[in-house]
Amino acid sequence: MNVKILLLLIGLLPSIASAQGFAGLGTEVDGFAIPERGTNFTFPQDHAAHPDFRIEWWYLTANLTDGAGRDYGVQWTLFRSASQPTGLPEDQLWMGHAAVTTEDTHYHAERLARGATGQAGISQPLNAFIDDWSLASVASGNKDLLSAIELTARGAEFAYRLNLTADGPLVAHGDQGYSIKSSSGQASYYYSQPFYAVSGTLNLPDGDIDVTGTAWLDREWSSQPLASDQSGWDWFSLNLDSGDKLMAFRLRSTSGDDYTSGTWITADGTPTAIDNGTIELSPIIQTTTHGREVPTSWSVKLPEKDLDITVEAVQPDAWMDTLFPYWEGPIRITGSHGGRGYLEMTGYN
Amino acid sequence: MNRVIFSALLSHWLRHKVQFVTLFLGLALATALWSGVQSINAQARTSYDDAAGSIGQRGYDKLVSENGVSLDDFVRLRRMGYLVSPELEGLLAVGADRVQLTGFDPLTSPPRVGMASLDEQGLFAFLSDQGLVLASPETVKTLTAFWGDDGPIVQVSAEVPIGQALTDVTTAQSLLNAEYLSALVIAPDQPFGLPPITDLDGYAVIPAQGTGDLAQLTDSFHLNLTAFGLLSFAVGLFIVQSAIGLAFEQRRSTFRTLRAMGIGLKRLVTLLAVELGLIALLAGLVGIVLGYGIAAALLPGVAGTLRGLYGAAVSGDLSFDPVWAISGLAMTMAGAAVAGAQALWRVVRMPILAPALPRAWAMSSARTLRLQAFAGLGLLGFSGILAIWGSGLIAGFACLASLLIGAAIVLPPITNAVLKMAGKLPRSPLGQWTVADTRQQVPALSLALMALLLALSANVGVATMVGSFRATFVGWLDQRLAAEIYVTARTPQEAEDIRRFAAPRTTAALPIWSVEATLLEQNVDIYGIIDHPTYRDNWPLLQATEDVWDEISTGQGVLVNEQFARRNGITVGNTLSVTDTWPLPVVGIYSDYGNPHGQLITALAPLESRFPNRPKLRYAYRIAPDQAGELARDIREKFNLPASAVVNQSDVKKMSLRVFDQTFLVTGALNFLTLGVASFALLTSLLTLSTMRLPQLAPVWSLGITTKALSKIESWRSLALAVFTWILSIPVGLALAWVLLSIVNVEAFGWKLPMYLFPTDWFRLGVLAVLAAAVACFWPIYRLRRLPSAQLLRVFSNER
Repeated sequence: MNVKILLLLIGLLPSIASAQGFAGLGTEVDGFAIPERGTNFTFPQDHAAHPDFRIEWWYLTANLTDGAGRDYGVQWTLFRSASQPTGLPEDQLWMGHAAVTTEDTHYHAERLARGATGQAGISQPLNAFIDDWSLASVASGNKDLLSAIELTARGAEFAYRLNLTADGPLVAHGDQGYSIKSSSGQASYYYSQPFYAVSGTLNLPDGDIDVTGTAWLDREWSSQPLASDQSGWDWFSLNLDSGDKLMAFRLRSTSGDDYTSGTWITADGTPTAIDNGTIELSPIIQTTTHGREVPTSWSVKLPEKDLDITVEAVQPDAWMDTLFPYWEGPIRITGSHGGRGYLEMTGYN
Repeated sequence: MNRVIFSALLSHWLRHKVQFVTLFLGLALATALWSGVQSINAQARTSYDDAAGSIGQRGYDKLVSENGVSLDDFVRLRRMGYLVSPELEGLLAVGADRVQLTGFDPLTSPPRVGMASLDEQGLFAFLSDQGLVLASPETVKTLTAFWGDDGPIVQVSAEVPIGQALTDVTTAQSLLNAEYLSALVIAPDQPFGLPPITDLDGYAVIPAQGTGDLAQLTDSFHLNLTAFGLLSFAVGLFIVQSAIGLAFEQRRSTFRTLRAMGIGLKRLVTLLAVELGLIALLAGLVGIVLGYGIAAALLPGVAGTLRGLYGAAVSGDLSFDPVWAISGLAMTMAGAAVAGAQALWRVVRMPILAPALPRAWAMSSARTLRLQAFAGLGLLGFSGILAIWGSGLIAGFACLASLLIGAAIVLPPITNAVLKMAGKLPRSPLGQWTVADTRQQVPALSLALMALLLALSANVGVATMVGSFRATFVGWLDQRLAAEIYVTARTPQEAEDIRRFAAPRTTAALPIWSVEATLLEQNVDIYGIIDHPTYRDNWPLLQATEDVWDEISTGQGVLVNEQFARRNGITVGNTLSVTDTWPLPVVGIYSDYGNPHGQLITALAPLESRFPNRPKLRYAYRIAPDQAGELARDIREKFNLPASAVVNQSDVKKMSLRVFDQTFLVTGALNFLTLGVASFALLTSLLTLSTMRLPQLAPVWSLGITTKALSKIESWRSLALAVFTWILSIPVGLALAWVLLSIVNVEAFGWKLPMYLFPTDWFRLGVLAVLAAAVACFWPIYRLRRLPSAQLLRVFSNER
């Protein structure tokens, strides 16, 4: 659930970028596969890489607390980007981002690797890795590979090791996983595992901290960049105290024609797609971080679910100062519903 | 009305075209000098920053293994969490040529020079099977001619030095047919919570052999360039002052006439200010163009310096930066405003019908002279106080500034005092008149003389500083590179093989082996050496015991470098705990310019026994100098070592000295220009005086002294003033150099450069000063000699 890999692609492949205005629904770009409506997911195969698509990610965010009740956020992301639709490992580039956000500060790290050397990739049965960072299945028996995972990462000033156990089903977004990203029809395949319970340890400069909490994993792949007038992305994953969950995003358009969408997920995992224009996302507070104005508090309204909430960043300086910089951090929810979640904002350059 | 008065004011310039040209050129040249130095400075600073940013100054530590490291090692260590990046260096045979090829992984490598020229599409090509090679235009030509359409894509990157090429590590492996890598580059910041990389079994860490030492020296050069900018500003300011002051002085009669005709004072002053502003603006613009020309001409030298020092290309093209253009213009306008305000003030205070009374004016300025003497001496005293008790770089620069301005300001009172004393010496009336007449000229000439003093002092100071800098650098090279060849192997086994290969042809193989340690809470490098005349004969000891080398060779003592000794107050005879259980007496202190770190030297054997398992990879070889080149080439080819691993001392020395001489070229050219502008100021002053002084000359002439005799007196007087200024400039210049070397350098870098004196330079400068004065006085004197008698006669009817 992220546009920076698209930005990366746009950056890396100017020829494709120039053609992106024509990259409409069903148009095959340079031989890469294109998402098609009505395709059903097949697991566990779809947990692994889809090298016939140009871009793909394994994106995990966690809201954690320590024994004293302090809030933490953890991010773990692996991006795959293909230079050619050969499906060969040597035509894949991998990029990892990891972060720990505390109430006081924000640590982050980035890794890059090429395919084919074994430095990064997806191995059997399911281990997404780059260097010593990994998101590895520890599921037993016939259970879904993502039902239990172990997550590790390490940066210059932090490390973490977390155990995640899913207590709900996988959730497909959009039309059975076919998620539309613009009114001109750009789309991706998109599913989530939003039901993780987490326990583990954060290793920070001041010492080790035992934490527990919840986590949300997104899997998404596509070959189509954003529409040419789309400049950035605000994405929310919200765990409400009622047990319901909400995924919502707004794709900002330079022409003022923003595209909003999302999924309402009941406590038992039943998804309801939210159409463009139904959800109201409006910034409340702007924070200046790393020289950029970023909205770190938002009003989120979904009248059909009686949802009228305010979200606020735990740490307004959760800036990811990476090759393609963006804001990503944990948020607290108040208003008609309580809860916690994660916010990602791109394109505020 | 305004237009009429304005045209009346301007008509003066039409009738005195030469005066206009001198005023205009004076302003333009001052602007040119200032903005030229500024732009070179700005460009050099950006270049330094670029160079420093694009390559790690100190280089990076590297990981090697006895059996060679491979891409598998790379992946294994990455999967363990260590941030390492593969690197393969080798000589690529391209027909008869050799290209130094470096392969690396752009995704994990620390930043590298040359990569900036690669766009995103280029990056994919770089990583592709076909591969992409980056090289300088010259090397690209060679590679393209050799490969034709079969090889990798070849792309120009002006930042890659000639004879070198960059490519992906896998491309390099196939081009060099190399299974193993040269090393794994270790990122300086390793992830949190991992055991130190030095603890890995089967690998050895080669510490960075960075260019940090050289970088410190170039920083010093840069700082001194900044000081030079300050100096040129001061000279420029004096020149603007002088040009404008004189331009107003010359037009006193015009003002008088205009005022007598009923022009209001306010209106006159306003129009004069407008006129001055316009001239300053136009001259400033011309000056900026000239300054750009100066900078563009000199910059390739600066760029060459940087290229030579960093191996990193810095563009020799000057980019136009509006900041220095505006600063140049602002300086001219500000200078014009200051000078103009003074001149306008005089116009305001001038009685409407005041006759020209140059002598009275000179007399009234006796008070000014006294004030100047006080102010100047005050500034010099302040400078001295700062030199003794000041601390910090700002104090250093303040010391420099007050020294220069103080010296310039006391020049007229000193000249006056000397002339007053000299006034009693001549017996003949003509001699007495000459001295008295000179005294009268001092106030009018003072600004030009100050400019000349500053220019000459700058010359002496900068030449002394640069000369000392060079001498130090040569000494530093001799000390560091006493042996003829330096070889760094990739593995201890290879080092041993090379030693055996070279043994029949060399007279000695000296291991260069050091360990890092923490001493007195500071990181230091401890070198272990064997007993050899190379050290006994060359090592520059500042302080030592009598049997220093015997004590070192038997492990009975330790040498420390000057920085470390200074920082910790260590003297010979102190005892230093090299490790917790290894106390050694300090038997000597040696100079180690440019090195920011502490360094110790002791005998190899005891050091080795305390720090086992450190691989020996570097050796210095002694060989007859004329055979060194051949052996270096043979080692490089036989062991396929990169050029950087086999260093031929004479090449390095030659290259380094060339680089430094290029640096001199720049400072030398700037010096010469400053002197040129100062003598131009002298010319304008003398020229103006020659017309103003007719009332003084006419009576002498009427007493029977011919214009020929008078012009001879004038010539000698100009030369005498120049020589006098030159004599004063030597102590001022030396003081300037001393401040730069002993205060500014120490504050900025923590080490002191010794000051060397170059008296022959001073005499050359004296000749130049006399020449400058001769050129400056040539025209006024020529005019005097051709002065028609009628004009001298007219003085008696007009002025009296």
